[in-house]
Amino acid sequence: MTDLSKAPTAEAAITSPTAEETGRRPRMQKGLMADGRRRSPFSIITMAVVCVLWTLPTIGLLVTSFRSREAQGGTGWWTALWNGGWTVENYKGVFEGADLGGSLLNSVLVAVPATIIPIMFAAFAAYAFSFMDFRGKDLLFIAIVAVMVVPIQVAFQPLLNLVGPNGLGIQGEFIAVWLLHTGFGMPLAIYTLRNYMATLPKTVIESAKIDGATHFQTFWKLIVPMSVPALAAFAILQFLWVWNDLLIAKLFLNSDNSTVIVDLQGLLGAQGQGTELLPAGAFISIAIPMIVFFALQRYFVRGLTSGAVKG
Amino acid sequence: MSTSIDSRTRPGKPGRHERDGESPQEPGGTPPPAPPGPHDAGGTSERANVARLLLGLVGLIAVVWFAANAFLAFAYHPEWFADSKLLIGVLALVIGVGGAYLMFFFLNMFVEGMPGRLSRGVIPYAFLLPGFGLMAVMLLYPAIQTINYSFANADSTEYVGLDNYREIFGDSEFRQAIFNNILWLLIVPAVVVFIGLIIAVLVDRLSAQGEKIAKSTIFLPMAISFVGASAIWTLVYAYDDPSESPTGLLNAIWRALGGSPQTWLQESGLRLNSILLMVILVWLQVGFAMILLSSAIKGVPEDTLEAARIDGASEFQIFTKVVVPQIKGTIITVFITVLILVLKVFDIVYVLTNGRNETQVVANLFFKQLFQSDNAGVASSIVVVLLLAVTPVLIYQVRHFRREEAGR
Repeated sequence: MTDLSKAPTAEAAITSPTAEETGRRPRMQKGLMADGRRRSPFSIITMAVVCVLWTLPTIGLLVTSFRSREAQGGTGWWTALWNGGWTVENYKGVFEGADLGGSLLNSVLVAVPATIIPIMFAAFAAYAFSFMDFRGKDLLFIAIVAVMVVPIQVAFQPLLNLVGPNGLGIQGEFIAVWLLHTGFGMPLAIYTLRNYMATLPKTVIESAKIDGATHFQTFWKLIVPMSVPALAAFAILQFLWVWNDLLIAKLFLNSDNSTVIVDLQGLLGAQGQGTELLPAGAFISIAIPMIVFFALQRYFVRGLTSGAVKG
Repeated sequence: MSTSIDSRTRPGKPGRHERDGESPQEPGGTPPPAPPGPHDAGGTSERANVARLLLGLVGLIAVVWFAANAFLAFAYHPEWFADSKLLIGVLALVIGVGGAYLMFFFLNMFVEGMPGRLSRGVIPYAFLLPGFGLMAVMLLYPAIQTINYSFANADSTEYVGLDNYREIFGDSEFRQAIFNNILWLLIVPAVVVFIGLIIAVLVDRLSAQGEKIAKSTIFLPMAISFVGASAIWTLVYAYDDPSESPTGLLNAIWRALGGSPQTWLQESGLRLNSILLMVILVWLQVGFAMILLSSAIKGVPEDTLEAARIDGASEFQIFTKVVVPQIKGTIITVFITVLILVLKVFDIVYVLTNGRNETQVVANLFFKQLFQSDNAGVASSIVVVLLLAVTPVLIYQVRHFRREEAGR
């Protein structure tokens, strides 16, 4: 989260060719790349090997998820090409029998509100930090930097009491988890948005003021539209974080409302009937964040480089 | 840090555009923006506007009351919503976002109704209040309460002094967890940075297309949950009887090399099982390190490299003596970020071994004490130790942030 002065190029690096790469040469020379640099066979071979190594475990899961129970237990997934045992029954089973279908819906119902609701709270606070002067500003922002490092486990026991039967009595329900994720996501959200807003030109705010706009109007009419990239960056980080979370979902949701990650964890510890569904369930649970990731990779990288430390 | 999020938006431009659209000189001749003249807008009037004050206050209370009750009704009376989770989810989104908007609207109205000087002084705090209020309830209060509980008994009904701390430090499992955490801390951040750096250097030498593909491939696991990763790596570490054909990739390789099948995650010799768990975290995090380091490497000025080349430095010397010193800041950032993650490592250990075979870590032990042994006192003292362990990193982060801000 710290030295990020060079961070913007990270995004450019992963999503688009840089300027030097766009100036292509008309004809490729032997041993040279399109941009005129020397080809490096060592890099090409090493990176190819690394990429295969990095993907292999996930491919193993994907292949296994399409194999029957006997095939999964009998032979390695890499033999599937000649040993066979292919089936789509596992995916059918996931949506019909194992109730993972319901858990998938729960995951969506947990993740979407928990992603969107914190944004407005954080955006107003970030606006205050970026464009207003007030006593205690530095101290309050430093508190946010500090809180981002604190492990969320410190909050669990008192919060369990708070939402439990002797408190609000909402333990097990979605609202408990929305509330927790909104609170826990707040430091990261304020930090990310403030760092972005600080780069916006102060003159815009000044002239809006001269025109007689109040802060509330400036916020909605100028700052929010200009901050869309940062809002998206935070939203993606938060969505992935909430979707992938095990701890909070496990502790604060009852079994009717449990997310797919919690179900998956249960299946991982189980033996016997139904375990053949595990790879299919795991793959589905991974596929959704991956789709989000691929669709919005640009914003995701942007969010990471802007300081994605979260308790 | 100031430019950290986006290089492309060119902040000035959309802003100016936005303003142009609203300025009176616009050919269309639209009247100046909605705000009425500077003197009757709530924020600048020097006298209190009682109507605004009242309306703002009443609106604020009504919105908060309504939203709070609506959310509680989702939990208490799902039958009012036809027991439909989907309906509840959609309503929560509407009431959450709409309620937040109206709350800020009335809060702002209330503050603007105050006399001018007071209003200008209060408005920043009004904007901060909801966000900080949430953090106070969800983080600050519980953290203090947890410290408090750590001096109390299992169900937090009576103070027991330092008994919990005496108990955990006398417990061999806790000491083992501390030892393992230190092992994780020593190994994982360093390995992640090292591999990330190597990959960042190598991808820099690929063609644009190759670089993009390689980066996406290595980065992809960042989107995978710890539980999902555990499911993936269970298949890698799977054990089969020597009489059967292997289904785990690692055992297949091991047997091909002439070894006999191993139950990898039970092999605690040399902490092999802990190290195999670390591999999973490294696999997940290298992409993050690579992205940050790669962008830092690309930011190293070409002329410094050129100068070194002219001086006859080898590529390796250029890397260690010219590139690395210039990206030191990013290396530290990545290291610290992974370090914080590792301090709290939980999911992977919980899912795959649950601390068996000497793989225990502090966060998992906390979970065990809180929810299997039901001992809030001991669990709280464990997490307080974790909090203390984080403190140096926390201080470092704050100091680093202040340095950055000073240089802004």
